[in-house]
Amino acid sequence: MNTATTAGTSVWKAFLSTLKRDLLISFKRKNDIANPFMFFFIVVSLFPIGIGPDADKLSEIATGVIWIAVLLSSMLSMDNLYRADFEDGSLEQLLLSPNPLFFLVLAKNISHWLVSGVPVILVSPVLAYMLNLPSQAYGVLVLSLLIGTPIISLLGSIAVALTVGLGSRGLILAVITLPMSVPVLIFGTLAVQSQLNGISPTGYLSLLFAMFAASLSLAPLASAAALRISVN
Amino acid sequence: MLDQYKQPNYPMEMLSAANLFCERDERVLFKDLNFSLAEGQVMQVKGSNGSGKTTLLRILCGLNDGYEGDIRWYGHELSERTEDFAAALLYIGHRVGVNKVLTPMENLKWSCSLQSAVNDAQLLDALAEVGLRGFEYSACFGLSAGQQQRVALARLLLSPAKLWVLDEPFTTLDVKGVLMLENMLTGHAQQGGSVLVTTHSPLKLDGLVELNL
Repeated sequence: MNTATTAGTSVWKAFLSTLKRDLLISFKRKNDIANPFMFFFIVVSLFPIGIGPDADKLSEIATGVIWIAVLLSSMLSMDNLYRADFEDGSLEQLLLSPNPLFFLVLAKNISHWLVSGVPVILVSPVLAYMLNLPSQAYGVLVLSLLIGTPIISLLGSIAVALTVGLGSRGLILAVITLPMSVPVLIFGTLAVQSQLNGISPTGYLSLLFAMFAASLSLAPLASAAALRISVN
Repeated sequence: MLDQYKQPNYPMEMLSAANLFCERDERVLFKDLNFSLAEGQVMQVKGSNGSGKTTLLRILCGLNDGYEGDIRWYGHELSERTEDFAAALLYIGHRVGVNKVLTPMENLKWSCSLQSAVNDAQLLDALAEVGLRGFEYSACFGLSAGQQQRVALARLLLSPAKLWVLDEPFTTLDVKGVLMLENMLTGHAQQGGSVLVTTHSPLKLDGLVELNL
């Protein structure tokens, strides 16, 4: 029993330490945080300019534009997840840790979400206002992003883990991740739309949450397996 | 040969391999490779460039599974003892696992915590001992390759691991550094630990065993 408790605290410590380390690296390399955020902001602000300041048109496309921009901006930062670690050998250390790789990968994914997902969620109401999204939908939009963006981080992690050993990857990350993210896009936007149409969004949000629960428990396993293959 | 320093009465066999075979890109790197590493033994893996030294070390660590043959950890199949093995192993590869954005302190703290957590005082002591006093809190991209290597080597002082697997640990070290690492290897062997090391430079160690690929 004693060994079990020490093993438990050791896993927890390794988890926290990995989370802290990745956050620290992101804060030191400021563009990890700035890039996805700026990209998101710029892409969304181009729409009113390109389409014209027609309030009705903009409010019609607002949800879709924001959700698609979120997906694309998350692609930008995805590669940071394992790339540097693969190149400097930290990834091997991670794989050789006696602690379960599931939790270490999860720590890296959480850190990635905190750095790339949270800023985008925080700024989304401002952009929603710019696109003239009716204000009763702000809450649901933020909520859907709050549940949806971790799924994108978790799924993207699998794709990055699979491709981290490849020399030139180009678009392959987006090609793998974006199709997997389509259900998230569908239910995320449907939740906001149904709120706009006066229907309760709970159903769609629950489905989104179910996807979150599934990817939280399964995606790190797939990422861990993919990392072992990539390092081989 | 082994009597020069204190050995346990029966040096236990720690890691052994039988009939190891590895092929890469349709080229046989090694076949029928047999060796055994006892507690308190330092084994130098020798071979020309491209002879599969790194591949062998990665296979033994479990990072590479493209091999045939039998690897045993204290007489048990390695695949049945992965947890014990991971807790007892410390691997420092060619790429040393030092993030350039972080400071030596932050790097060491993380890499140690993967195995067993240590406190800040121990980290500072270890860094001072490998000659990085004064560099503890400066980012690693400002350090030379040898200093980055030393950050990784500081783990040797902190880890509870019994088996050290070191891939070319001497390459970037200066004369003093080489001496320091040799002393660390000797000290580890005297405490009953084992070392697998690849290097092209001749090692001045008592009881050194050689494995030629």
